[in-house]
Parts: sequence; C-alpha cells; structure tokens
Amino acid sequence: MAEKILLKGNELLAEAAVRAGCQFFAGYPITPQNEVSEYLSWRLPQVGGVFIQAESEVAAINMLFGASAAGARCMTSSSSPGISLKQEGISYITAAELPCVIVNIQRGGPGLGNIRAAQGDYFQAVKGGGHGDYRLIVLAPATLQEVYDLTMNAFDYADYWRNPVMILGDGILGQMAEPVETKPYKPILQIPPKDYILDGCKGRAPRVIKTLILKPELGLVTHNEEMQAKYRKIEQAIQLCEEYETADAELIVSAYGIPGRVAKGAVKIARKKGIKAGLIRPVSLWPFPKKPFVKAAQTAKQFLVVEMSQGQFIEDVKLAMECRRPVEFLGKGGGWYPTQEAILEKIEQMLQSPKGAKS
Amino acid sequence: MEFHYPDALYNSHTHYCPGCGHGITHRLVAEVIDELGIREKTIATAPVGCAVLFYDYMKFDIIECAHGRSPAVATGIKRILSDRVVFTYQGDGDLAAIGTAETIHAANRGENITVIFINNAIYGMTGGQMAPTTMLGQYSTTTPKGRGKNGEGAPIRVCELLSSLEGVCYLERVAVSSPKDVMQAKRAIKKAFENQLAGKGYSLVEVLSMCPTDWKLAPEDALKFVNDDMKKIFPLGVFKDR
Amino acid sequence: MMNETRIIIAGFGGQGAVALGNVLARACMIEGKSVTGMVAYGPEMRGGTASATIVVCDDEIACPFVETPDHAIILNQQSLDKFEDSIVPNGLILVNTSIIRRPVRRTDLTQIQVAATEIARSLGSIKSANMAALGAFIQHTKLLRMENVERGMRELFGGKNPVMVETNIRALREAAQRFTLVQPKQ
Repeated sequence: MAEKILLKGNELLAEAAVRAGCQFFAGYPITPQNEVSEYLSWRLPQVGGVFIQAESEVAAINMLFGASAAGARCMTSSSSPGISLKQEGISYITAAELPCVIVNIQRGGPGLGNIRAAQGDYFQAVKGGGHGDYRLIVLAPATLQEVYDLTMNAFDYADYWRNPVMILGDGILGQMAEPVETKPYKPILQIPPKDYILDGCKGRAPRVIKTLILKPELGLVTHNEEMQAKYRKIEQAIQLCEEYETADAELIVSAYGIPGRVAKGAVKIARKKGIKAGLIRPVSLWPFPKKPFVKAAQTAKQFLVVEMSQGQFIEDVKLAMECRRPVEFLGKGGGWYPTQEAILEKIEQMLQSPKGAKS
Repeated sequence: MEFHYPDALYNSHTHYCPGCGHGITHRLVAEVIDELGIREKTIATAPVGCAVLFYDYMKFDIIECAHGRSPAVATGIKRILSDRVVFTYQGDGDLAAIGTAETIHAANRGENITVIFINNAIYGMTGGQMAPTTMLGQYSTTTPKGRGKNGEGAPIRVCELLSSLEGVCYLERVAVSSPKDVMQAKRAIKKAFENQLAGKGYSLVEVLSMCPTDWKLAPEDALKFVNDDMKKIFPLGVFKDR
Repeated sequence: MMNETRIIIAGFGGQGAVALGNVLARACMIEGKSVTGMVAYGPEMRGGTASATIVVCDDEIACPFVETPDHAIILNQQSLDKFEDSIVPNGLILVNTSIIRRPVRRTDLTQIQVAATEIARSLGSIKSANMAALGAFIQHTKLLRMENVERGMRELFGGKNPVMVETNIRALREAAQRFTLVQPKQ
C-alpha cells in the first residue's frame, strides 16, 4: 500500500516535483506559495538538486531557461503578480521549445490584489499570457491527490512535448492540507533523448538555442506553423476531465480547481434532493476538454459555471459547446469563495426559472 | 609568426559595421578559448543588441537570451553543468540597464561564470539611443542636447559598481582601440576564463569598444574617441583581483 | 457534502492552536475519515492571533475552506471577539475559561467551558493547554476516538519531545473529565 502523508498543498507539490526528478528550482517569495520555495530549499540539496532564491521573478524564469537548455528537469513557482512578471521568460522558453514546469498559486487581483485564493489568471494561463502565439499546457488540480499526481505528470508532459506546463492552483489549494497517497513516480510518457540541449559540442556540431528568426517565410512564419501543428497534436493527446452524474443530467455545473470540488458537493446534495444535476470539471484547461461539453449539451438543458473570478473560464465552456445551451454564471474575483449552499441555491433558482432553454 | 584562424570562430563575414569593436573582441574570445582548449565544453549566452548574432560567428554551444537576462540564464546552465565553461557576452544596455538586477545578483552570488562586457556608450542595434554608459554631454538620438541636460544622470561605471561585492573575483576594464590595448584585453579575457576553470567565481572584463556608426565618426576618429574621451571617464585597469 | 463538520481553532500565537489543528487532522486520517486543514496565512497571522480550520467528513470533502464553522475551539478572548459571530446558528463553542473573562454573547450556542490553561498548569506545563481543550472537545463531540487523538499526537510530537507527549496525554484525559457543558438558552 502506498504511504499516506499529510502535508500542505505547497509542500506536497514540492515533494512531488522532487520525486519526479526535478533537479532545479528558482523562485522569488510571494504569498500564498512560499512553502514551495521553503520546502525545496532543504529538500532539493538532499537529492543533489539546485535551489536558488532568485533576485526577481524575471531572473527566476530565466534561470529555468538556462537550466532547461542544460537538460535539467526544472520548476519555478509563484503567485499571480509574480506570474505576470515571468511572462517574458515564458514566451522565450515556449518559443525555444524547452520544457519546464511553472506553478501559479493564484491570489486575488488585479494589481497587488490580496492573498485570498482566486482564479483571475485563467485567460493569462490558457490563452498565452506573454507576447506571441503560443500555448502552455495548463493543469488544474482540485484535490491534493491531484496536486501530487499532476505535478509528476507535468514534468513528463513538458519533456515529451518540449513545452512549458503550468500548474494552475490557488491559495486554498496551496495552503490546505489533506491526506494523500504518495505513490512512487512512474513516467506516463516515454521521453525521447534530449538531443537539443547545450552541454558543450564535444563530438558534435555546435548547437544554438534561439528565438530570433528574422526571416518570415521559411523562417518565423514556418516556426509558428510548426508550433501550431504541435499544439494540435497536444490537443488530441491531452484532454483531462472529471465527469460526475452527467449521463441523465438536466443541468450541468462546470468549474475547475477548488470551485470544482465544491460544485461536486453541491451536485451530490442536489441529487439527494432529486434534482438531475451533473458536473463537468476540466482538469486540463489547455487543452480544454471539449467533448464532455458537446455530449452533455445533447441532454442537459442548462449549464452553470462557477468561478472565483468575474468570468473567464465561462468563455471556454460556451465555446466548447458552441453556445448550444444557455450558460449562467456564479462567480466573483478578489477573494470570494463559492459554498455548496450558494451553488445549490443557484441551481434551484435556475430550475425554477430557466432562461430561454432551446431543446 | 604564423597566421592561424581560430577554431572557435566560423570562417564567415560578420554583420558588424566597419570600425566596430565587436569583431576584435569576438576574435580575442575565440583565441583564448582555443588556447585553453575549452571549445567543446563551452556554452555561451548571446545578448540582445548588436551581438545578438554571436552564434553565427562562434563555433560552440550558444543560447540567445532575452534582453538583460544572460546572467540568470548562465546561472541556470552553470549550476546544472558545473564542469562546463559558461560565459555571457553582453552590451552596456543589456548588462547595465535592463539587466542590472541580474548582473548585480549573479555577481553577488559569486556565480562561477565569465562575463565579457562590451561598453560602447551607446545603443547600437536600435540606432544610437542613450546607453547607461553614455557620457555626460555625449549626443545620442535620445539625448539631442547631450546627456545630462534632461535628468538622465551620469554614466554607470560597472567595474567600480561591482567592486564592492564580495562574491566578485575579478574585474578589469580594457579597450580594443590600439594594438597595445588589444593585447592587454586578450590577457584580461584569458584570466577571466582561467579564473572560472579554477573555480574562483565571477569574473568580468569590461571592454571599451568603438561604435563609429552611432557615434557618427569615421573609424579612425572612433579609436580616438575611446582613447581620448572614454578612457577619462572609464579608466582602464584592474578593479578587483581576488 | 452537507455532513461535513467545519471546525475553527483559534488562540494567540504560542498557545498551540495550529498544533491542535495538526493533531486533530492527523487523528482524522488515522481514523480513516476524510479531512482537510488550513492555517490562516499572511497578514491574518500577524498581530498575535493564530487560527486553523479543519473540515472532517466520512465522504470525500467538497469544501476545504471554512467561512462559517460548526464548532469553534477558542483559546483566548481576542479570538472569541473575532470568531464568535461567524459560528453557524446553534453551533458549538469551546472556551478556555482560564483566560477568557467575558461570557459568550451568543445565546444559541452550546458551550464547552474548560479551564484549559489551569489544567495544563496543574500538570506541569501550560503548553499543554491546547491538548486540554482538545480532550474536552473530543469527549463531548465524540467526533473521533480518543485513542486515535492520542496516537496522532504521539506521531506528531513523539520524536521531538517525549516528556511533552506524556504531559499532553494527561491533559487530554484530565480535561475530558473536567469541563462544564452549558446548553443554549433558547
């Protein structure tokens, strides 16, 4: 039987990274994710890894650029304002097609915001964030078991696709503790040899890692097309999602991360009351798991999206099912938390007065 | 004396302007790398600036960095591959304006890397704007009345600034504006690499270099500008040798 | 789910509110219940008050954060002032009467009054006041088996301070017999 441990989400994430072979971490202090750095400051040296408290978020992500180019599994962690600062580096790393794992334990925004949990960085995470046409693979755990498992998977996805992977959590997920089965790391993908890294040109031609491609045709245009082709493949390969009671559901609640698990509780209560509710909780936010939404839209008459933001994720829900059903919204930014009671109330209200449901 | 083309240099034409100091410095770096026999274990960073195409001329592994971020990238590489030789090649805007934080902190941590710092007191690539090292009274496209008349402050002297940091091993300012200076520059560059091989920590060589195009001077006058004007503000010599 | 039990534990820094939460969470894990815990962070933990929240459930836990606790374990007066109003109607409050001088204002709450600091002092260390509070709380609520609470505490602190563990165990057991239950007035 796997060992069960009780750690804070931030610490657990750090431990999972170490067990997945993370050799390098650079980060800058920001609440509510400081335990990631604090944990790795003693844990990484134990396994011969490198921990650096960087002088800035900008420096931290660029240290990853170097460590990844040198062939190491590497990770950085921050929270919303810090992730904004990293965007330049993320764009470069993505353009250079290097792997790394970036953790965003989101807090309230915009600006300095506050340190309560929030989900206001959805667009930034899944639509790009920095300059240029690129995508991050974005994973959104809702339980600490998922934090543990997905962190390990993140390193495999990053190496396999040669693309940064973002773990998009929030302050609750980072700060809460929950028992977790700590299974040993097992790769989920066969990683090809890293034949692109810079480790000195002994016995081979020198290699260059660069993102400046001055020529358009057969140059930067081509590079962009190749990146897009890779993204289409990733979309085929990764679509992670939890579906709960969707088969006969008349109303689908959708949420990701912490609101996703709260929504599941609300759906359970609703079912006990005889309400045919169901849940779709995307776990990969990019690629977005479209199929369950398309399928559910065939039977469910209404959708409800719950977010700890003013409404970002809802756009992808609407896109996924091409607006075939009305989608209502329950959410606020800035540190508002959805309760099961509030979600249930909204569900009941929607069933009493459905908005222009087409069928 | 036999002429030998350095192994560490591709046999190609550079895009640099006539009279530019980059070509000389590239050659000095290549000669030193050959002499130390480290070409196959060297990883360099290319900056944003005129030397962005560094990798088109140098025959070893190179990573092109975002503007100013070379010291952080080099830190990441060197910490993973501590037995390789890692150096940054950076201009004045890269190293002392947009990358000041990365520079100071890599130096302060005593990262065991070598830094080749080209100071030509101007932004070359973007067309002659003020650099952090542009001198008082010097004209640029963004200091049309000469630096200092519009709240720009005075030039940053990088060697002097870094000399107070305990992590720093070696700082020397050289020039490539005369044969004698070139010889000294090579000695300094070699020492900066030898320090890394000996595990002694952060070594930086500041190279006063010519930019005739953006100074709007003939190549010969550009040499004179370094020798007569720049050396007064940026005195040559060793600022730290631990 | 609705059968989630939400608990807040609060005191001044050093009183062991967070340690109490850790023991409670570990004991839940030992007993095979689902549990989540969270410690107040950032500016909330400045200014002297320390608090932790725990959610316990037999099913998987939907909501790991606590805005309106069912039970509150309150170790000092500042925490009473801060959290009394947030407790659910007809909820449960445990107050450490050794330190808290004012009565609980809310009349709908069931009160466990326990002189936690006094009990701990009589056993030789006021540091065990948190465990005294926990002993009374477990004895009344029957949320967990006391032996699992003792085991959780041993697992957490046993390696570090065996003497302290023994005092803690005595505090748990002693307080379990020495509290006053005050029923709601309504």
